[in-house]
Amino acid sequence: MAVCIAVIAKENYPLYIRSTPTENELKFHYMVHTSLDVVDEKISAMGKALVDQRELYLGLLYPTEDYKVYGYVTNSKVKFVMVVDSSNTALRDNEIRSMFRKLHNSYTDVMCNPFYNPGDRIQSRAFENMVTSMMIQVC
Amino acid sequence: MEGLTLSDAEQKYYSDLFSYCDIESTKKVVVNGRVLELFRAAQLPNDVVLQIMELCGATRLGYFGRSQFYIALKLVAVAQSGFPLRVESINTVKDLPLPRFVASKNEQESRHATSYSSDSENQGSYSGVIPPPPGRGQVKKGPGSHDAVQPRPAADQQEPASPVVSPQQSPPTSPHTWRKHNRHPSGGNSERPLAGPGPFWSPFGDTQSGSSAGDAVWSGQSPPPPQENWVSFADTPPTSTLLTMHPASVQDQTTVRTVASATTANEIRRQSSSYDDPWKITDEQRQYYVNQFKTIQPDLNGFIPGSAAKEFFTKSKLPILELSHIWELSDFDKDGALTLDEFCAAFHLVVARKNGYDLPEKLPESLMPKLIDLEDSADVGDQPGEVGYSGSPAEAPPSKSPSMPSLNQTWPELNQSSEQWETFSERSSSSQTLTQFDSNIAPADPDTAIVHPVPIRMTPSKIHMQEMELKRTSSDHTNPTSPLLVKTSDLSEENKINSSVKFPSGNTVDGYSSSDSFPSDPEQIGSNVTRQRSHSGTSPDNTAPPPPPPRPQPSHSRSSSLDMNRTFAVTTGQQQTGAVAHPPAVPPRPQPSQAPGPSVHRPVDADGLITHTSTSPQQIPEQPNFADFSQFEVFAASNVTEEQDGEAEKHPEVLPTEKASDPATSLRIAQADGKIEEKTAASVPANVSKGTTPLAPPPKPVRRRLKSEDELRPDVDEHTQKTGVLAAVLASQPSIPRSVGKDKKAIQASIRRNKETNTVLARLNSELQQQLKDVLEERISLEVQLEQLRPFSHL
Repeated sequence: MAVCIAVIAKENYPLYIRSTPTENELKFHYMVHTSLDVVDEKISAMGKALVDQRELYLGLLYPTEDYKVYGYVTNSKVKFVMVVDSSNTALRDNEIRSMFRKLHNSYTDVMCNPFYNPGDRIQSRAFENMVTSMMIQVC
Repeated sequence: MEGLTLSDAEQKYYSDLFSYCDIESTKKVVVNGRVLELFRAAQLPNDVVLQIMELCGATRLGYFGRSQFYIALKLVAVAQSGFPLRVESINTVKDLPLPRFVASKNEQESRHATSYSSDSENQGSYSGVIPPPPGRGQVKKGPGSHDAVQPRPAADQQEPASPVVSPQQSPPTSPHTWRKHNRHPSGGNSERPLAGPGPFWSPFGDTQSGSSAGDAVWSGQSPPPPQENWVSFADTPPTSTLLTMHPASVQDQTTVRTVASATTANEIRRQSSSYDDPWKITDEQRQYYVNQFKTIQPDLNGFIPGSAAKEFFTKSKLPILELSHIWELSDFDKDGALTLDEFCAAFHLVVARKNGYDLPEKLPESLMPKLIDLEDSADVGDQPGEVGYSGSPAEAPPSKSPSMPSLNQTWPELNQSSEQWETFSERSSSSQTLTQFDSNIAPADPDTAIVHPVPIRMTPSKIHMQEMELKRTSSDHTNPTSPLLVKTSDLSEENKINSSVKFPSGNTVDGYSSSDSFPSDPEQIGSNVTRQRSHSGTSPDNTAPPPPPPRPQPSHSRSSSLDMNRTFAVTTGQQQTGAVAHPPAVPPRPQPSQAPGPSVHRPVDADGLITHTSTSPQQIPEQPNFADFSQFEVFAASNVTEEQDGEAEKHPEVLPTEKASDPATSLRIAQADGKIEEKTAASVPANVSKGTTPLAPPPKPVRRRLKSEDELRPDVDEHTQKTGVLAAVLASQPSIPRSVGKDKKAIQASIRRNKETNTVLARLNSELQQQLKDVLEERISLEVQLEQLRPFSHL
C-alpha cells in the first residue's frame, strides 16, 4: 500500500529505501529526508524521560497534496518512514500500524542474522519480499 | 581395427579395468554402464568420449568387447595426453601414459591407479601415472594388489601376455622397449601429477602437511568415509554426479585448508549420494553435522549463538550475502541462535551451495526443524490457529519425518499471519464485546480493529436496523457483525411483533425481539454483548416509536389493546422509574435512586429484582417477578400517599400490568438483551432527565453513559438494576388492581399516565440515542482532524 518505504538508521542515513519504480524515486527520497525533521520533533516532543512510554508509532508526519507520510521509530532510534498515496483513502490508521509492525518484525529478523553488520544496507531477501508485499498491495 | 600394442603396465591396467567393468564376469564383454562411468571419470568431454567409443568400435558392435575396451582405454590415454583422436594414434603415439580416471569410483580402480603410480615412483620401472599421495596411497591401495603388481614387473621384465587374447593386441614388446616405455611415462607422468584423481589426493597430502590439526580430523574422518562412499557410490547410479562433484570439491580443497573445508568435501560426497532429494540429509551427513555441532556446543540440546555460527560458517568461504541468506533460511525460530536441527540445515545448505546448488528461497521441507521446536514456538504464540497447526505434528523423531513438511509449511504462514491471529483473537474475545457502546467510536487501540462497541439498543424496526447497518458498515468495514446485522434485520422482519411495536414498551420489546432473533442464550452479559454487537447497527438509533399501535400479540393474556390504550393515555412526563420503556422481560421497578423517599421496599425490591435481572432477563417472564405482589401492594399503598413518588411508582405499577402482558409476548419474541434493556433504561432516564427536570436521579446513569464508554458496564449494571426494578414493579402490578379494588380506578389512571410517560420517554430515549451517536461521530471526526493537524502544530 505504500509507494515508498524507508528504513533510516539512528544516524539518519538510510539502511533501506525503496519506492515503486513508476514514480520519480528522487522525489520520494527527498520526502523521506524532509520527514526526518518531523520525526525528530515528535521524538523530542514526547519527553526525554518518557522513552519507555513513548509510542513507537508516530502517526501521520505530514500530508502533502498527493501523499501522506507516516512515521514509526523504534527504541533504538531506527526510523521507518512510509509514504502512501493520498488517493488511497481506504487506508486506515490500523492498517498503517500493522504495516509498521510487520516492518519492525522483519527488521528484527534481519538484525538477528549474525551475518548482518548493523549499519550495513539491508540486503535480506526475506525483508525485500515483505516490503514488496506491502508495496504491491497498493498497486 | 588395427592391432593394439600395449605395454606391460598398460596391459595390466587395462585388464584390471576390464575386469572392473566386467561385472558379469563374462570376460568377453564389458558392461556398458560401467564403461561409461569409467569414461566419464576420465574427465573427457562428452563428445570425445563418444568419439572414442565410435573409434573403438563399440558403437558399431553395440558392446564393449575386450578389444574394444582396450582400444577405448588407449584412446582415452591419447585424448588425455592431448593428442588428436585417430585410429592410428592407438599405436603410433608412443610413450603414452596410462589413461587417467578421476576419482575412480572403485576403490579397486584407485588402488590400481595408485599402485601403478606408486610402483613407478618406488621402483621407477612402472609407468605410474598417478603419483599417490604419500599418506593416501596406503589407504587407497590394497596391499594385495600392490604387492601383486609390484613383484611382477620387477620379477618379470617381460610384458606379461594379456590373459585374454585380444586379436588386436600384439605380444608385448621387448623388455627393452617396455622399460623405456615405462620409464618415459614415469618421467612424463611425474610432470603432471595433479590431474585427475591426483589432485584429489595431493591436496590432501598438502593439507595434511599443512594443518596437522585438520589432519587429525580429516584423516580420521575422511579416509574411511570416502572409501565407503566410493564403494557405495559405485553401487548407486548417480555416480556421475559424484564424479563431477569431485573436481569442485578438489578445487575447494586446494584452496581451503581448514577443517570445515575438509569436512565439506566429505559432506559434498555424502550429499551427492542423495540424488533423489538434493536437500535430504543422509545419516552420514547428519552424523557429521552433529559432530561438528558438538565441537561448538557440547550440549546437543543447546544453542549455538549467532557469533559462533558466523565464525564457523565464514570458514566455508561463501560470500557473506549467501551466508546471510542461509542463516535466514535456517534460523527457523528467528532467535539468533541455532539449534541442532537448524545447524544441520544450515550446514547442509552450505554444502549444497559449495556444490553449486542454488540456494532456495524457502527452506526445503526436509531441512525444516523438528516439530518440537515448532510446537514450542507455536505455543508461545498462543494462537488458536497455531495450536491447530502445532498440534498436528507428532513427536519429533530425529530424522526429518514426513509429518514435518505439513507442519513446517504452515509454520512460515503462521509467522506471517501472526498479526492476523491477533486480530482473530480480538475478534473472538468476548471481553471486547463487553464495551457495548457505539461502534462509531474509533477504537483507541488500533490493534482492535475489529472491536466495535456494540450499541446496546436493538432497533425494533427494520428501518432502524437498516440505518444502523449502513452506519456500521460505513464506519467500520471490518465489522464482523455486519452480516449479523443483516441477519438481525431479517429476523426482525420476520418478527412481526417487532415491526409494529413502537411505544415505549415497544422499544424494549423490540429489543427483545431482536435479541430473540438470535440464539436465545440466557442473558449473559457476554452473550448479550455479542448480540448487541450484532445488533449494533440496529439499535442505537431508536427513532421514537410511533404512537403505540395496537400490539398484535395474540399471546397477551390480557386484552392488550385495553392496556395499551391506557398506557397511551397515561402520558405523563412523570418520573419514570427509569425503566418505562423497557424490556418487558424485566418489569420496571422504581429504582432506588429515583424513589428515594419511597418505601424501603422499593430498594429492596429493586435489589431483589436486580438480582433477577442481572442473572437473566429470561426471568422476566418468570412468575416470581410477577408474584411479588406483596411488595407491590406496599407500593400501591405508598403510591397513593406520595404523589410524585406515587406516580413514579404507579408507572412501574402500571407498567408491570401492561408489561405483564407485553412481556408474555415480547418475551417470547425476544429475550431481553440485558444490555439493550439497560441501555434503554439508561436512555429512558436520559430522556427523563431531559424531559422532566424533577427527575434528578435518572440522569445520573445517563450522564455517566455519556461520559465514557468505559463506564458502560457499571451503567449497564445500573440499568439492569433499574430494569429489574421496573420489571418487578411491572410484574407485580397486575396483582395490585386485584388487591386494591378501591384504588383500581386511581391505579388504572396512573397506569395510563405511566404508559403515556412511557411512550414519551421512549421517544426521548431514542432521540437521545441518536444525538449521542451523532455526538460521538463528531468526536471521532474531530479527533481525526486533530491528528491530521497536529503535525502542523508542531512546526
